[in-house]
Amino acid sequence: MKQFHGRVVAKGTVSAPALVSHGGLNTLASFQKALQFGDKKATCGDQNNPDLYGKQMAGTALCLPRTIGSTTGGLVLYCACSMKRQPACMLFSEPIDSLAAAGAILQDVWLDDVSMPVVDCLGEEFLNYVRDGMNVTVKEDGVVEVD
Amino acid sequence: MQLTQEQQQILEGSRGQTMAKAMQTLVRYGELYNADAMIPVTGKYNHLVTSFGLKALTPVYELMDQLIAEGAVSGTKFSADPRPLDKNVPSSFLQNIIFNHFMYSKQDFYEDQLQKLGLMEKDAFTCTCYMDEVGNTPKKGDILSWSESSAVVYANSVLAARCNRNSGIIDLMGAICGFVPRFGLLTDEGRKAKWIVEVRTTKKPEAQLLGSAIGMKVMEDVPYIRGLDKWLGTLDDDAKAYLKDMGAATASNGAVGLYHVAGITPEAVERGEDLILPDAQVYVIDDAELQRVYDSYPVIWKNKDATPKLCFMGCPHMSLHQLIDWTERVEQGLKAAGNQKVVIPTVFTAAPAVIEKFNDTPYAARLKETGVILSYICPLMYMNNPLSAKMPVITSSNKLRTYTSARYYTDDEILAQITKGGN
Repeated sequence: MKQFHGRVVAKGTVSAPALVSHGGLNTLASFQKALQFGDKKATCGDQNNPDLYGKQMAGTALCLPRTIGSTTGGLVLYCACSMKRQPACMLFSEPIDSLAAAGAILQDVWLDDVSMPVVDCLGEEFLNYVRDGMNVTVKEDGVVEVD
Repeated sequence: MQLTQEQQQILEGSRGQTMAKAMQTLVRYGELYNADAMIPVTGKYNHLVTSFGLKALTPVYELMDQLIAEGAVSGTKFSADPRPLDKNVPSSFLQNIIFNHFMYSKQDFYEDQLQKLGLMEKDAFTCTCYMDEVGNTPKKGDILSWSESSAVVYANSVLAARCNRNSGIIDLMGAICGFVPRFGLLTDEGRKAKWIVEVRTTKKPEAQLLGSAIGMKVMEDVPYIRGLDKWLGTLDDDAKAYLKDMGAATASNGAVGLYHVAGITPEAVERGEDLILPDAQVYVIDDAELQRVYDSYPVIWKNKDATPKLCFMGCPHMSLHQLIDWTERVEQGLKAAGNQKVVIPTVFTAAPAVIEKFNDTPYAARLKETGVILSYICPLMYMNNPLSAKMPVITSSNKLRTYTSARYYTDDEILAQITKGGN
Protein backbone atom coordinates (compact mmCIF):
# COMPACT_ATOMS: atom_id res chain seq x y z
CA MET A 1 0.00 0.00 0.00
CA LYS A 2 1.25 3.44 -0.88
CA GLN A 3 -0.03 6.78 0.38
CA PHE A 4 -0.23 10.06 -1.51
CA HIS A 5 -1.20 13.48 -0.20
CA GLY A 6 -3.19 15.94 -2.26
CA ARG A 7 -5.41 18.98 -1.92
CA VAL A 8 -9.12 18.50 -1.27
CA VAL A 9 -11.28 20.05 -3.98
CA ALA A 10 -14.50 18.27 -2.99
CA LYS A 11 -14.60 16.45 0.33
CA GLY A 12 -15.58 12.85 0.89
CA THR A 13 -14.39 9.33 1.55
CA VAL A 14 -14.69 6.43 -0.84
CA SER A 15 -12.95 3.24 -1.98
CA ALA A 16 -13.08 2.15 -5.61
CA PRO A 17 -11.05 0.36 -8.29
CA ALA A 18 -8.67 2.64 -10.16
CA LEU A 19 -9.13 3.65 -13.78
CA VAL A 20 -6.10 5.48 -15.09
CA SER A 21 -5.77 7.99 -17.92
CA HIS A 22 -2.21 9.11 -18.57
CA GLY A 23 -3.37 11.75 -21.02
CA GLY A 24 -5.84 14.55 -20.32
CA LEU A 25 -9.48 13.50 -20.07
CA ASN A 26 -11.64 15.15 -22.72
CA THR A 27 -14.78 15.43 -20.61
CA LEU A 28 -17.33 16.06 -23.35
CA ALA A 29 -15.95 13.40 -25.68
CA SER A 30 -15.70 10.88 -22.83
CA PHE A 31 -19.15 11.30 -21.29
CA GLN A 32 -21.41 12.56 -24.06
CA LYS A 33 -22.33 9.18 -25.52
CA ALA A 34 -23.03 7.73 -22.08
CA LEU A 35 -25.23 10.63 -21.04
CA GLN A 36 -27.00 10.77 -24.38
CA PHE A 37 -27.83 7.13 -24.83
CA GLY A 38 -28.58 5.99 -21.28
CA ASP A 39 -25.40 4.07 -20.55
CA LYS A 40 -25.36 3.77 -16.75
CA LYS A 41 -21.79 2.47 -16.77
CA ALA A 42 -20.63 5.67 -18.45
CA THR A 43 -18.47 3.85 -20.99
CA CYS A 44 -15.79 6.24 -22.20
CA GLY A 45 -16.57 7.36 -25.76
CA ASP A 46 -13.38 9.27 -26.50
CA GLN A 47 -11.61 7.49 -29.35
CA ASN A 48 -8.57 9.70 -28.86
CA ASN A 49 -7.97 8.37 -25.34
CA PRO A 50 -6.51 4.84 -25.67
CA ASP A 51 -6.32 4.42 -21.88
CA LEU A 52 -10.04 4.90 -21.32
CA TYR A 53 -11.87 4.31 -24.60
CA GLY A 54 -14.55 1.67 -24.17
CA LYS A 55 -14.02 1.31 -20.41
CA GLN A 56 -16.57 1.90 -17.66
CA MET A 57 -15.96 5.19 -15.83
CA ALA A 58 -18.95 5.18 -13.45
CA GLY A 59 -18.01 4.00 -9.98
CA THR A 60 -14.25 4.02 -10.59
CA ALA A 61 -11.49 6.02 -8.96
CA LEU A 62 -10.63 8.02 -12.05
CA CYS A 63 -6.94 8.91 -11.92
CA LEU A 64 -5.73 11.52 -14.41
CA PRO A 65 -3.38 14.44 -14.92
CA ARG A 66 -6.04 16.98 -15.91
CA THR A 67 -9.08 17.40 -18.13
CA ILE A 68 -8.91 18.95 -21.58
CA GLY A 69 -11.28 20.11 -24.26
CA SER A 70 -14.42 22.15 -24.56
CA THR A 71 -15.46 24.64 -21.88
CA THR A 72 -18.60 22.54 -21.56
CA GLY A 73 -16.39 20.26 -19.44
CA GLY A 74 -17.64 21.43 -16.06
CA LEU A 75 -21.30 21.17 -16.88
CA VAL A 76 -20.84 17.74 -18.47
CA LEU A 77 -19.32 16.50 -15.20
CA TYR A 78 -22.19 18.11 -13.31
CA CYS A 79 -24.66 16.25 -15.55
CA ALA A 80 -22.82 12.95 -15.09
CA CYS A 81 -23.15 13.40 -11.33
CA SER A 82 -26.77 14.46 -11.48
CA MET A 83 -27.59 11.40 -13.60
CA LYS A 84 -25.60 9.15 -11.20
CA ARG A 85 -23.09 8.14 -13.85
CA GLN A 86 -20.08 9.78 -12.26
CA PRO A 87 -16.78 8.22 -11.20
CA ALA A 88 -16.61 7.34 -7.49
CA CYS A 89 -13.91 9.99 -7.20
CA MET A 90 -11.56 11.99 -9.39
CA LEU A 91 -7.89 12.11 -8.53
CA PHE A 92 -5.64 14.57 -10.33
CA SER A 93 -1.88 14.35 -10.37
CA GLU A 94 -1.63 18.04 -11.42
CA PRO A 95 -3.33 21.13 -9.99
CA ILE A 96 -6.91 20.90 -11.16
CA ASP A 97 -7.80 22.78 -14.36
CA SER A 98 -10.60 25.34 -14.29
CA LEU A 99 -13.07 23.16 -16.21
CA ALA A 100 -12.79 20.12 -13.95
CA ALA A 101 -12.79 22.43 -10.94
CA ALA A 102 -16.11 23.85 -12.08
CA GLY A 103 -17.62 20.37 -12.36
CA ALA A 104 -16.28 19.33 -8.96
CA ILE A 105 -17.62 22.43 -7.22
CA LEU A 106 -20.96 22.50 -9.04
CA GLN A 107 -21.80 18.92 -8.02
CA ASP A 108 -20.70 19.59 -4.46
CA VAL A 109 -22.69 22.81 -4.05
CA TRP A 110 -25.81 22.09 -6.11
CA LEU A 111 -26.45 18.35 -5.80
CA ASP A 112 -27.50 17.24 -2.32
CA ASP A 113 -27.72 13.52 -2.99
CA VAL A 114 -24.39 13.04 -4.77
CA SER A 115 -20.88 12.78 -3.43
CA MET A 116 -17.86 12.67 -5.72
CA PRO A 117 -14.69 13.38 -3.75
CA VAL A 118 -12.10 15.22 -5.81
CA VAL A 119 -8.42 15.57 -4.89
CA ASP A 120 -5.72 17.30 -6.94
CA CYS A 121 -1.95 17.93 -6.74
CA LEU A 122 -1.20 14.24 -6.06
CA GLY A 123 2.00 14.44 -8.08
CA GLU A 124 3.48 12.67 -11.05
CA GLU A 125 4.55 9.71 -8.91
CA PHE A 126 0.90 8.98 -8.13
CA LEU A 127 0.03 8.59 -11.79
CA ASN A 128 3.14 6.51 -12.43
CA TYR A 129 2.28 4.16 -9.55
CA VAL A 130 -1.45 3.60 -9.86
CA ARG A 131 -2.71 0.96 -12.32
CA ASP A 132 -6.17 0.00 -13.56
CA GLY A 133 -7.98 -2.16 -11.02
CA MET A 134 -5.85 -1.27 -7.98
CA ASN A 135 -7.94 -0.46 -4.94
CA VAL A 136 -7.95 3.26 -4.17
CA THR A 137 -9.19 4.81 -0.93
CA VAL A 138 -9.77 8.54 -0.60
CA LYS A 139 -9.94 10.13 2.86
CA GLU A 140 -11.47 13.42 4.00
CA ASP A 141 -8.11 15.13 4.41
CA GLY A 142 -6.88 14.49 0.85
CA VAL A 143 -4.89 11.35 1.65
CA VAL A 144 -5.14 8.76 -1.10
CA GLU A 145 -4.16 5.15 -0.43
CA VAL A 146 -3.42 2.80 -3.30
CA ASP A 147 -3.30 -1.00 -2.78
CA MET B 1 -10.44 35.67 -0.18
CA GLN B 2 -11.64 39.04 0.94
CA LEU B 3 -15.34 39.64 0.29
CA THR B 4 -17.11 42.96 0.43
CA GLN B 5 -20.03 43.37 2.82
CA GLU B 6 -22.46 43.01 -0.09
CA GLN B 7 -20.78 39.81 -1.31
CA GLN B 8 -20.68 38.35 2.20
CA GLN B 9 -24.38 39.07 2.64
CA ILE B 10 -25.26 37.38 -0.63
CA LEU B 11 -23.20 34.38 0.48
CA GLU B 12 -25.15 34.29 3.73
CA GLY B 13 -28.48 34.30 1.92
CA SER B 14 -29.59 37.95 1.88
CA ARG B 15 -30.84 37.47 -1.69
CA GLY B 16 -32.15 33.93 -1.24
CA GLN B 17 -30.63 30.48 -1.08
CA THR B 18 -30.17 30.10 -4.82
CA MET B 19 -28.14 33.31 -5.07
CA ALA B 20 -26.19 32.18 -2.00
CA LYS B 21 -25.33 28.93 -3.76
CA ALA B 22 -24.29 30.81 -6.90
CA MET B 23 -21.98 33.00 -4.82
CA GLN B 24 -20.66 29.98 -2.92
CA THR B 25 -19.83 28.32 -6.24
CA LEU B 26 -17.81 31.34 -7.36
CA VAL B 27 -16.05 31.76 -4.01
CA ARG B 28 -14.98 28.12 -3.91
CA TYR B 29 -13.88 28.32 -7.54
CA GLY B 30 -11.76 31.38 -6.74
CA GLU B 31 -10.29 29.91 -3.56
CA LEU B 32 -8.88 26.98 -5.52
CA TYR B 33 -6.79 29.44 -7.52
CA ASN B 34 -5.88 31.75 -4.61
CA ALA B 35 -8.14 34.55 -5.78
CA ASP B 36 -7.78 37.60 -3.55
CA ALA B 37 -11.18 39.18 -4.19
CA MET B 38 -14.42 39.01 -6.10
CA ILE B 39 -14.45 41.83 -8.63
CA PRO B 40 -17.33 43.30 -10.63
CA VAL B 41 -18.05 42.04 -14.14
CA THR B 42 -17.73 45.17 -16.30
CA GLY B 43 -18.33 43.80 -19.80
CA LYS B 44 -21.58 45.03 -21.32
CA TYR B 45 -22.59 41.52 -22.42
CA ASN B 46 -21.79 37.99 -21.31
CA HIS B 47 -21.22 34.95 -23.51
CA LEU B 48 -22.30 31.36 -22.72
CA VAL B 49 -20.92 28.18 -24.23
CA THR B 50 -24.13 26.20 -23.80
CA SER B 51 -26.38 26.82 -26.76
CA PHE B 52 -27.69 23.38 -27.49
CA GLY B 53 -30.77 21.63 -26.23
CA LEU B 54 -28.92 18.38 -25.81
CA LYS B 55 -31.04 15.77 -24.04
CA ALA B 56 -27.92 14.61 -22.21
CA LEU B 57 -27.74 17.96 -20.45
CA THR B 58 -31.19 17.73 -18.86
CA PRO B 59 -29.74 18.44 -15.36
CA VAL B 60 -28.45 21.79 -16.64
CA TYR B 61 -31.92 22.77 -17.82
CA GLU B 62 -33.33 21.78 -14.43
CA LEU B 63 -30.74 23.96 -12.75
CA MET B 64 -31.66 26.84 -15.05
CA ASP B 65 -35.33 26.36 -14.21
CA GLN B 66 -34.38 26.68 -10.55
CA LEU B 67 -32.44 29.88 -11.25
CA ILE B 68 -35.32 31.40 -13.23
CA ALA B 69 -37.90 30.42 -10.60
CA GLU B 70 -35.82 32.13 -7.90
CA GLY B 71 -35.32 35.24 -10.03
CA ALA B 72 -31.58 34.56 -10.22
CA VAL B 73 -31.27 35.72 -13.81
CA SER B 74 -28.32 37.28 -15.55
CA GLY B 75 -27.63 40.90 -14.68
CA THR B 76 -26.22 41.39 -18.16
CA LYS B 77 -27.65 40.21 -21.45
CA PHE B 78 -25.63 37.54 -23.22
CA SER B 79 -24.91 35.80 -26.47
CA ALA B 80 -24.48 32.02 -26.68
CA ASP B 81 -22.63 29.52 -28.85
CA PRO B 82 -24.09 28.48 -32.22
CA ARG B 83 -27.26 26.51 -32.67
CA PRO B 84 -26.69 22.80 -33.33
CA LEU B 85 -29.25 22.37 -36.11
CA ASP B 86 -29.85 23.88 -39.53
CA LYS B 87 -31.96 22.14 -42.13
CA ASN B 88 -29.79 23.64 -44.88
CA VAL B 89 -26.84 21.50 -43.83
CA PRO B 90 -26.82 18.12 -45.58
CA SER B 91 -27.87 15.25 -43.35
CA SER B 92 -29.28 11.78 -43.89
CA PHE B 93 -32.76 10.58 -42.96
CA LEU B 94 -31.27 8.72 -40.00
CA GLN B 95 -29.22 11.73 -38.88
CA ASN B 96 -32.34 13.88 -38.92
CA ILE B 97 -34.14 11.41 -36.67
CA ILE B 98 -31.18 11.26 -34.27
CA PHE B 99 -30.69 15.06 -34.27
CA ASN B 100 -34.33 16.06 -33.87
CA HIS B 101 -35.77 13.28 -31.75
CA PHE B 102 -32.88 12.15 -29.57
CA MET B 103 -29.96 14.54 -29.36
CA TYR B 104 -31.43 18.03 -29.63
CA SER B 105 -35.03 17.33 -28.73
CA LYS B 106 -34.86 20.03 -26.06
CA GLN B 107 -33.64 22.80 -28.37
CA ASP B 108 -36.84 24.89 -28.41
CA PHE B 109 -37.31 24.46 -24.68
CA TYR B 110 -33.73 25.50 -24.00
CA GLU B 111 -33.85 28.55 -26.28
CA ASP B 112 -36.93 29.65 -24.35
CA GLN B 113 -34.95 29.30 -21.11
CA LEU B 114 -32.12 31.39 -22.55
CA GLN B 115 -34.58 34.12 -23.49
CA LYS B 116 -35.82 34.20 -19.90
CA LEU B 117 -32.27 34.27 -18.54
CA GLY B 118 -31.27 37.25 -20.72
CA LEU B 119 -30.28 36.33 -24.30
CA MET B 120 -29.23 39.52 -26.20
CA GLU B 121 -31.62 38.81 -29.05
CA LYS B 122 -33.25 35.75 -30.51
CA ASP B 123 -30.47 34.98 -33.01
CA ALA B 124 -27.50 35.80 -30.78
CA PHE B 125 -26.06 32.32 -31.35
CA THR B 126 -22.43 32.25 -32.45
CA CYS B 127 -18.99 31.41 -31.10
CA THR B 128 -17.70 34.69 -32.62
CA CYS B 129 -19.89 37.01 -30.59
CA TYR B 130 -17.12 39.63 -30.71
CA MET B 131 -17.67 40.34 -34.43
CA ASP B 132 -18.83 43.91 -35.08
CA GLU B 133 -21.98 42.63 -36.76
CA VAL B 134 -22.98 40.69 -33.61
CA GLY B 135 -22.25 43.50 -31.20
CA ASN B 136 -20.83 41.67 -28.19
CA THR B 137 -17.37 43.24 -28.48
CA PRO B 138 -15.74 43.89 -25.10
CA LYS B 139 -13.57 46.93 -24.51
CA LYS B 140 -9.95 46.86 -23.43
CA GLY B 141 -9.74 46.06 -19.71
CA ASP B 142 -13.34 44.85 -19.40
CA ILE B 143 -13.77 42.07 -16.84
CA LEU B 144 -15.77 39.19 -18.32
CA SER B 145 -17.45 36.01 -17.15
CA TRP B 146 -17.40 34.29 -20.54
CA SER B 147 -16.91 30.69 -21.52
CA GLU B 148 -16.26 29.23 -25.03
CA SER B 149 -12.53 28.80 -25.27
CA SER B 150 -12.12 30.39 -28.71
CA ALA B 151 -14.06 33.51 -27.67
CA VAL B 152 -12.19 33.82 -24.37
CA VAL B 153 -8.77 33.64 -26.02
CA TYR B 154 -9.83 36.22 -28.64
CA ALA B 155 -11.28 38.61 -26.06
CA ASN B 156 -8.13 38.38 -23.94
CA SER B 157 -5.57 38.54 -26.72
CA VAL B 158 -6.99 40.66 -29.53
CA LEU B 159 -9.32 42.89 -27.52
CA ALA B 160 -7.28 43.03 -24.28
CA ALA B 161 -10.34 42.29 -22.15
CA ARG B 162 -9.84 40.10 -19.08
CA CYS B 163 -11.43 36.70 -18.69
CA ASN B 164 -10.48 33.30 -17.33
CA ARG B 165 -11.18 30.09 -19.19
CA ASN B 166 -14.47 29.46 -17.45
CA SER B 167 -16.59 26.38 -17.76
CA GLY B 168 -20.22 26.47 -18.78
CA ILE B 169 -22.51 27.33 -15.82
CA ILE B 170 -19.63 29.13 -14.07
CA ASP B 171 -20.04 31.74 -16.85
CA LEU B 172 -23.70 32.15 -15.92
CA MET B 173 -23.02 32.25 -12.17
CA GLY B 174 -20.67 35.19 -12.72
CA ALA B 175 -23.31 37.02 -14.71
CA ILE B 176 -26.00 36.32 -12.12
CA CYS B 177 -23.91 37.50 -9.17
CA GLY B 178 -22.20 40.28 -11.14
CA PHE B 179 -18.82 39.28 -9.69
CA VAL B 180 -15.99 36.95 -10.64
CA PRO B 181 -13.03 35.77 -8.55
CA ARG B 182 -9.82 37.62 -9.41
CA PHE B 183 -7.09 35.18 -10.37
CA GLY B 184 -5.15 34.02 -13.41
CA LEU B 185 -5.84 36.04 -16.54
CA LEU B 186 -7.66 38.74 -14.58
CA THR B 187 -4.38 39.77 -12.94
CA ASP B 188 -1.38 41.61 -14.41
CA GLU B 189 0.94 38.83 -13.26
CA GLY B 190 -1.25 36.11 -14.76
CA ARG B 191 -1.06 37.81 -18.15
CA LYS B 192 2.70 37.52 -18.38
CA ALA B 193 4.27 35.08 -20.80
CA LYS B 194 5.96 31.89 -19.64
CA TRP B 195 6.90 31.08 -23.22
CA ILE B 196 8.57 32.94 -26.08
CA VAL B 197 7.50 31.54 -29.43
CA GLU B 198 9.89 32.43 -32.24
CA VAL B 199 8.21 32.17 -35.64
CA ARG B 200 10.92 31.53 -38.24
CA THR B 201 8.97 30.21 -41.19
CA THR B 202 9.79 31.03 -44.82
CA LYS B 203 6.16 31.95 -45.58
CA LYS B 204 3.10 33.10 -43.66
CA PRO B 205 2.32 30.14 -41.39
CA GLU B 206 -1.06 28.49 -41.63
CA ALA B 207 -3.01 30.02 -38.74
CA GLN B 208 -4.62 26.75 -37.68
CA LEU B 209 -1.32 24.87 -37.75
CA LEU B 210 0.62 27.54 -35.91
CA GLY B 211 -2.04 27.70 -33.21
CA SER B 212 -2.04 23.93 -32.88
CA ALA B 213 1.75 23.80 -32.50
CA ILE B 214 1.70 26.56 -29.88
CA GLY B 215 -1.20 25.04 -27.95
CA MET B 216 0.32 21.59 -27.78
CA LYS B 217 3.62 23.01 -26.55
CA VAL B 218 2.58 25.63 -23.98
CA MET B 219 -0.74 24.03 -22.89
CA GLU B 220 -2.38 26.54 -20.50
CA ASP B 221 0.54 28.99 -20.32
CA VAL B 222 0.71 32.42 -21.95
CA PRO B 223 2.97 32.61 -25.01
CA TYR B 224 4.62 35.77 -26.38
CA ILE B 225 4.92 35.31 -30.12
CA ARG B 226 7.78 36.96 -31.99
CA GLY B 227 8.18 37.08 -35.76
CA LEU B 228 4.50 36.88 -36.68
CA ASP B 229 4.12 40.65 -37.17
CA LYS B 230 6.30 40.24 -40.25
CA TRP B 231 3.47 38.23 -41.84
CA LEU B 232 0.46 40.00 -40.35
CA GLY B 233 1.47 43.64 -40.79
CA THR B 234 -1.18 45.47 -38.79
CA LEU B 235 -4.26 44.46 -36.84
CA ASP B 236 -6.64 44.78 -39.81
CA ASP B 237 -9.59 42.52 -40.73
CA ASP B 238 -7.25 39.98 -42.30
CA ALA B 239 -5.05 39.81 -39.21
CA LYS B 240 -8.06 39.62 -36.87
CA ALA B 241 -9.45 36.65 -38.80
CA TYR B 242 -6.02 35.03 -38.72
CA LEU B 243 -5.73 35.52 -34.96
CA LYS B 244 -9.28 34.22 -34.43
CA ASP B 245 -8.35 30.94 -36.13
CA MET B 246 -4.89 30.70 -34.62
CA GLY B 247 -6.27 31.40 -31.14
CA ALA B 248 -9.01 28.80 -31.42
CA ALA B 249 -6.36 26.22 -32.27
CA THR B 250 -4.18 27.23 -29.30
CA ALA B 251 -7.21 26.92 -27.02
CA SER B 252 -8.42 23.56 -28.31
CA ASN B 253 -5.10 21.82 -29.02
CA GLY B 254 -3.85 23.12 -25.69
CA ALA B 255 -5.66 25.26 -23.15
CA VAL B 256 -4.35 28.71 -24.01
CA GLY B 257 -6.49 31.59 -22.74
CA LEU B 258 -4.23 34.46 -23.80
CA TYR B 259 -1.39 35.02 -26.23
CA HIS B 260 0.58 38.13 -27.08
CA VAL B 261 1.84 38.83 -30.61
CA ALA B 262 4.76 41.26 -30.75
CA GLY B 263 3.82 44.44 -32.56
CA ILE B 264 0.21 43.33 -33.14
CA THR B 265 -1.94 42.60 -30.09
CA PRO B 266 -2.79 45.59 -27.86
CA GLU B 267 -0.88 44.64 -24.72
CA ALA B 268 2.20 43.59 -26.70
CA VAL B 269 2.12 46.89 -28.58
CA GLU B 270 1.80 48.78 -25.30
CA ARG B 271 4.20 46.88 -23.06
CA GLY B 272 6.40 44.93 -25.45
CA GLU B 273 8.75 42.41 -23.90
CA ASP B 274 7.98 43.57 -20.36
CA LEU B 275 5.21 41.00 -20.70
CA ILE B 276 7.72 38.16 -20.74
CA LEU B 277 8.62 36.49 -17.44
CA PRO B 278 12.37 36.30 -16.74
CA ASP B 279 12.57 32.49 -16.90
CA ALA B 280 10.42 32.09 -20.02
CA GLN B 281 11.13 29.04 -22.15
CA VAL B 282 11.69 29.36 -25.89
CA TYR B 283 9.91 27.42 -28.63
CA VAL B 284 11.14 27.89 -32.19
CA ILE B 285 8.64 27.23 -34.98
CA ASP B 286 10.02 26.83 -38.48
CA ASP B 287 8.68 25.10 -41.60
CA ALA B 288 9.93 21.70 -40.41
CA GLU B 289 8.22 22.06 -37.03
CA LEU B 290 4.90 22.93 -38.65
CA GLN B 291 5.26 19.92 -40.95
CA ARG B 292 6.03 17.70 -37.93
CA VAL B 293 2.88 18.90 -36.20
CA TYR B 294 0.77 18.40 -39.32
CA ASP B 295 2.12 14.87 -39.80
CA SER B 296 1.37 14.00 -36.18
CA TYR B 297 -2.42 14.26 -36.55
CA PRO B 298 -4.05 10.83 -36.45
CA VAL B 299 -6.61 10.06 -39.14
CA ILE B 300 -9.36 8.22 -37.32
CA TRP B 301 -11.53 7.46 -40.34
CA LYS B 302 -12.19 3.74 -40.68
CA ASN B 303 -11.24 3.93 -44.36
CA LYS B 304 -8.42 6.42 -44.54
CA ASP B 305 -8.82 6.70 -48.34
CA ALA B 306 -12.53 7.40 -48.24
CA THR B 307 -13.90 10.13 -50.49
CA PRO B 308 -14.96 13.06 -48.31
CA LYS B 309 -18.73 13.40 -48.00
CA LEU B 310 -18.78 16.84 -46.41
CA CYS B 311 -16.51 19.80 -45.81
CA PHE B 312 -16.90 22.26 -42.93
CA MET B 313 -15.24 25.68 -42.89
CA GLY B 314 -15.84 28.05 -40.02
CA CYS B 315 -15.07 26.61 -36.61
CA PRO B 316 -14.93 29.20 -35.13
CA HIS B 317 -17.46 31.00 -37.32
CA MET B 318 -16.06 32.89 -40.32
CA SER B 319 -15.86 36.66 -40.43
CA LEU B 320 -17.49 38.77 -43.15
CA HIS B 321 -14.03 39.38 -44.53
CA GLN B 322 -13.34 35.64 -44.70
CA LEU B 323 -16.66 34.91 -46.43
CA ILE B 324 -15.86 37.45 -49.12
CA ASP B 325 -12.29 36.24 -49.49
CA TRP B 326 -13.34 32.60 -49.69
CA THR B 327 -16.06 33.34 -52.22
CA GLU B 328 -13.37 34.67 -54.53
CA ARG B 329 -11.02 31.78 -53.80
CA VAL B 330 -13.67 29.15 -54.50
CA GLU B 331 -14.67 30.90 -57.74
CA GLN B 332 -11.05 31.01 -58.89
CA GLY B 333 -10.48 27.39 -57.86
CA LEU B 334 -13.54 26.21 -59.77
CA LYS B 335 -12.56 28.18 -62.83
CA ALA B 336 -9.06 26.71 -62.80
CA ALA B 337 -10.48 23.20 -62.40
CA GLY B 338 -13.13 23.70 -65.07
CA ASN B 339 -15.96 23.02 -62.65
CA GLN B 340 -19.16 24.97 -62.02
CA LYS B 341 -19.94 23.79 -58.50
CA VAL B 342 -17.97 22.46 -55.57
CA VAL B 343 -17.40 18.74 -55.93
CA ILE B 344 -17.75 17.97 -52.22
CA PRO B 345 -20.80 19.24 -50.30
CA THR B 346 -19.31 22.22 -48.49
CA VAL B 347 -20.68 24.27 -45.62
CA PHE B 348 -19.33 27.67 -44.59
CA THR B 349 -20.50 28.73 -41.14
CA ALA B 350 -20.84 32.22 -39.70
CA ALA B 351 -22.83 34.15 -37.12
CA PRO B 352 -26.45 34.90 -38.12
CA ALA B 353 -25.68 38.64 -38.02
CA VAL B 354 -22.63 38.16 -40.25
CA ILE B 355 -24.67 36.07 -42.68
CA GLU B 356 -27.28 38.82 -42.80
CA LYS B 357 -24.62 41.38 -43.64
CA PHE B 358 -23.03 39.07 -46.20
CA ASN B 359 -26.42 38.53 -47.83
CA ASP B 360 -26.55 42.29 -48.47
CA THR B 361 -23.44 42.04 -50.63
CA PRO B 362 -23.18 40.74 -54.20
CA TYR B 363 -20.90 38.00 -52.92
CA ALA B 364 -23.85 36.10 -51.42
CA ALA B 365 -25.28 35.22 -54.84
CA ARG B 366 -21.80 34.41 -56.13
CA LEU B 367 -21.11 32.01 -53.25
CA LYS B 368 -24.48 30.36 -53.76
CA GLU B 369 -23.60 29.90 -57.42
CA THR B 370 -20.55 27.84 -56.42
CA GLY B 371 -22.77 25.42 -54.51
CA VAL B 372 -21.32 26.27 -51.10
CA ILE B 373 -23.95 26.23 -48.34
CA LEU B 374 -23.91 29.07 -45.84
CA SER B 375 -25.10 28.20 -42.34
CA TYR B 376 -25.12 29.40 -38.73
CA ILE B 377 -24.72 25.85 -37.41
CA CYS B 378 -22.08 24.63 -34.94
CA PRO B 379 -20.06 22.03 -36.88
CA LEU B 380 -18.95 20.47 -33.59
CA MET B 381 -22.52 19.82 -32.55
CA TYR B 382 -23.24 18.31 -35.97
CA MET B 383 -20.27 15.97 -35.66
CA ASN B 384 -20.65 14.95 -32.01
CA ASN B 385 -22.65 11.76 -32.50
CA PRO B 386 -21.87 8.22 -33.64
CA LEU B 387 -23.54 8.60 -37.06
CA SER B 388 -21.70 11.76 -38.08
CA ALA B 389 -18.48 10.44 -36.56
CA LYS B 390 -18.52 7.66 -39.16
CA MET B 391 -18.72 10.16 -42.04
CA PRO B 392 -15.51 11.16 -43.83
CA VAL B 393 -15.69 14.90 -43.14
CA ILE B 394 -12.87 17.30 -43.97
CA THR B 395 -12.17 20.68 -42.44
CA SER B 396 -9.59 23.42 -42.16
CA SER B 397 -10.47 23.82 -38.48
CA ASN B 398 -8.02 22.43 -36.00
CA LYS B 399 -10.63 22.70 -33.26
CA LEU B 400 -13.04 20.51 -35.23
CA ARG B 401 -10.22 18.05 -35.90
CA THR B 402 -9.38 17.88 -32.21
CA TYR B 403 -12.87 17.21 -30.90
CA THR B 404 -14.31 15.07 -33.68
CA SER B 405 -13.38 12.59 -36.42
CA ALA B 406 -13.10 15.36 -39.01
CA ARG B 407 -9.83 15.32 -40.98
CA TYR B 408 -7.74 18.46 -41.09
CA TYR B 409 -6.34 19.96 -44.28
CA THR B 410 -4.67 23.32 -44.86
CA ASP B 411 -6.68 26.07 -46.54
CA ASP B 412 -5.02 25.43 -49.92
CA GLU B 413 -5.64 21.69 -49.65
CA ILE B 414 -9.27 22.25 -48.74
CA LEU B 415 -9.69 24.57 -51.69
CA ALA B 416 -8.22 21.96 -54.02
CA GLN B 417 -10.43 19.24 -52.57
CA ILE B 418 -13.69 21.11 -52.87
CA THR B 419 -13.01 22.62 -56.28
CA LYS B 420 -11.08 19.81 -58.00
CA GLY B 421 -11.68 16.72 -55.86
CA GLY B 422 -9.26 13.92 -55.00
CA ASN B 423 -7.72 13.01 -51.68
